[in-house]
Amino acid sequence: MSTLQISPAGESTGNAGRQVINDFSIQVATVNGSGSQTANNVLMRSIFQMGIPVSGKNMFPSNIAGLPTWFTIRASRHGFIGRKKEVDFLVAMNGETAIEDVAGLASGAACVYDEPLKLNEQRDDLHFYPVPFDKLVGPVCPQPKLRKLVRNMIYDGVVAYLLDIDMEEMRKALFKQFGPKKIKAAELNSGALVAGYDYAAQNLSKTDPFRVERMNETAGKIIIDGNSASALGCVFAGVTVATWYPITPSSSMMEAVIEYMRRFRRDPETGKATYAIIQAEDELASVGMALGAGWAGARSLTATAGPGISLMSEFVGLGYYAEAPCVIFDVQRVGPSTGLPTRTMQGDILSTALLSHGDTQHPLYFPRCPEECFSMACEAFDLAERFQTPVFVMTDLDLGMNNWMADPFTYPEKPLDRGKVLTADDLERLGGFERYRDVDGDGVGYRTLPATRHPGAAYFTRGSGHNAKAQYSEREDDYVNNVDRLKHKFETMRKFVPAPEIELDPEAAAGLICVGTTHQAAQESRWQLRQEYNLRTSYMRLLAYPFRHELVEFIRRHEQVYIVEQNRDGQLLALMRLELDPGDIARLRSVRYYGGLPIDARTITDSIVAQEGL
Amino acid sequence: MSTTATPPPKKVNRLGLEVLSYKGSKTTLCAGCGHNAISERLVECFYEMNIEPWMVSKFSGIGCSSKSPAYFLNLAHGFNGVHGRMPALATGAVLANRNIIGLGVTGDGDTASIGIGQFMHLLRRNLPFIYVIEDNGVYGLTKGQFSATADLGSKLKTGVINDLPPFDCCALALEWGATFVARSFSGDKRQLVAILKAAIAHNGLAIIDVISPCTTFNDHEGSTKSYSYIKEHDEPLHELDFVPHFEDIQVEIPEGSSHDVRMHDGSLLRIKKLGRDYDPTDKMSALRVLHEAAEAGEVVTGVLYVNTQKPTLLDMINMVDEPLATLPTERVRPSREALETVMEELR
Repeated sequence: MSTLQISPAGESTGNAGRQVINDFSIQVATVNGSGSQTANNVLMRSIFQMGIPVSGKNMFPSNIAGLPTWFTIRASRHGFIGRKKEVDFLVAMNGETAIEDVAGLASGAACVYDEPLKLNEQRDDLHFYPVPFDKLVGPVCPQPKLRKLVRNMIYDGVVAYLLDIDMEEMRKALFKQFGPKKIKAAELNSGALVAGYDYAAQNLSKTDPFRVERMNETAGKIIIDGNSASALGCVFAGVTVATWYPITPSSSMMEAVIEYMRRFRRDPETGKATYAIIQAEDELASVGMALGAGWAGARSLTATAGPGISLMSEFVGLGYYAEAPCVIFDVQRVGPSTGLPTRTMQGDILSTALLSHGDTQHPLYFPRCPEECFSMACEAFDLAERFQTPVFVMTDLDLGMNNWMADPFTYPEKPLDRGKVLTADDLERLGGFERYRDVDGDGVGYRTLPATRHPGAAYFTRGSGHNAKAQYSEREDDYVNNVDRLKHKFETMRKFVPAPEIELDPEAAAGLICVGTTHQAAQESRWQLRQEYNLRTSYMRLLAYPFRHELVEFIRRHEQVYIVEQNRDGQLLALMRLELDPGDIARLRSVRYYGGLPIDARTITDSIVAQEGL
Repeated sequence: MSTTATPPPKKVNRLGLEVLSYKGSKTTLCAGCGHNAISERLVECFYEMNIEPWMVSKFSGIGCSSKSPAYFLNLAHGFNGVHGRMPALATGAVLANRNIIGLGVTGDGDTASIGIGQFMHLLRRNLPFIYVIEDNGVYGLTKGQFSATADLGSKLKTGVINDLPPFDCCALALEWGATFVARSFSGDKRQLVAILKAAIAHNGLAIIDVISPCTTFNDHEGSTKSYSYIKEHDEPLHELDFVPHFEDIQVEIPEGSSHDVRMHDGSLLRIKKLGRDYDPTDKMSALRVLHEAAEAGEVVTGVLYVNTQKPTLLDMINMVDEPLATLPTERVRPSREALETVMEELR
């Protein structure tokens, strides 16, 4: 006799012998605060250790404990790591959402569930695997208090059996996850892992087609979240003053900055900090401190999300006109404060590019992966000091808070570019300077830092009401000259920001353009368009704003250009419209997703297919 | 017979600088504005204290007061920021370069109305910084509206009566962590000079609320911030003498009539008793004096509180001794091995 309760699979699941290897998504539905994050990371990491390209995405509520959370792990032998719209393998641990979770599955999907939920009664076209988690957890975890946490490791064992994940890799991942200081906890969880595996091996009979097989695509790679990568980038970029106000999803970036700075930025002899980090009272103060520090010569940083960007607006305008450098990381999310703060969005593109009053424009970087979070941090500090202006790095919640596999970061070889700063010796040699005079024709004047020991060093900093000598002026010509120079400075930046990534298909009439994390889904969509609709496309991923000349060239090579982005109003497209000719604008089409999850390839494909009339 | 008179030697301070090196541009504020008198005192104090002017950085927000940093210390960098948020700029700058002698000049609107939040948090942090409030109870630059330090019952030129109680910036400063708190009057030259010099000598946050009448919008009958009102109601707590560290201190003071405070740089703040006994190191008595004065409709002036022991923000965050701004690359970029260590942990 067996305890098996596998529903008879319907026609669509009756493809015995068909195997889907390394190409599926697993979704784990739990409640937040139940400790499932550890189990999910172990699962993801063990697949990664088997050499299979993998990504993990946590969809969590704005809450500490008790609300539904979904964690999606995607294994893709093709290397696609964007979100997959369809769930192939569900682990249903949350009674609250289980019925809806099961209803959302495509026919033929698999479902591991907590036995009392009796989910097998819901549908007859899925592969069901009931597991009595509460019965299994007791023997492996004597302390009742810990059972809620340890219980999750049991599903890891069950999934390992069903998907053929090497248990040795699971154990390795588990011990890595807990680290050397928590060996006891790791051993306790290891017991639960084995209990889950053994239960599955003895009681479940595999009927679904999904399984993993070793590959060699992850050798040497790392797993890291974007926020940690951004933090490391700032630490290696030589940030000296960092200010912040806690806001999801940027808080973990600044917490990582604090951690890495403590480790790596103490003076080896005195133990003193070669940095200052201040948790400010709000975002107005955090950006004000960053600008004050940048003005005084520090490499200054603050990080925030959309609501913080709104609050920073006035100060950022002053930074633009007064020409004070600082770097601002915007980990974008859905707004406003009482919106969906734990969901992702490319929602601040337009508002940040033009943030503040008057005629203001700010450079933006758009990283798409942890490697770029790291490298662009270094570039952003250089750009900020070279051009004496606030610079934004636009990541998002998907990139910032999720774990990604990445290549190890390359040590920054380029010396720090501290920009045009005159020392006391320079002043002695030159006999003086004019702060806002465009001496070099690039729109950037020379500056001095406060406390430069020279009688000719000082200048008075204020907004736009000054002449080239930094003297107060309300004259029409002084104002116009000043803002024209600022515009010229912005034009100069076009040559300094990184060039877009371009894939030209000479036969393609259509092109896709995107920024940041839309990349993963856009590339997969291009593959789908080619495979399923025989539609060839070219591709451009913009790495920064101001846009470079390559943008217009790309648009003119194609009949239709799809601007793909994660917001409702087509903000990236709107930003392009501000500077493109009408003929170029006429070629632009819009593909938008704004549901709060990371954009997926199918959504893009469907939209393009509809617009192409295919 | 004509003789060419030898010009008298120019008067210089110990750095060899004339007072001209401490001056600013010509003021554009109204004639008689208290702020101009404060600017003049700042020029004198920095000159007489032998401070290198280029080591000072001036910060201000928005308003008439905040324009005034252009009118003194032209050889110092200045940053005229946004309304009510000068403390953030100053905090960042002082963190970036701890050698900066930070001086903020602000108004009552800039501090007590729009800027009350940043003011309070500045107090908590005890940043080494001199914070001068040019307090006239009224918005000058927008033509005469009440600010949050306007007294209850004070009258505007238009006849409007203020029906909200004022913030007392000195009481707030005492309560929330400033380590030097003083109140003065722009017309009391001697007292203001002693207070400003002591503030320069202090290591920590110095809050100086200077009643500085607005001749255009708040100097009329019925105003509690007019010249005549302040002259009538000014109650100095004590007589102040500041003896800088570079001068010999050999004055004998009879026991009990004076309270000396040794400042961080070795200077002496000599506090001579007037009517009452007052210990400026006792925070509770400072608060009591302020509350009693408010009840009596008096304006007590003098050094309300000094604490030379409390660690500053820079001490608390244990920063290196050199300015962060100019640390060389090898001290701010961790090694190749450090990056490799982190990468290995993430594999």
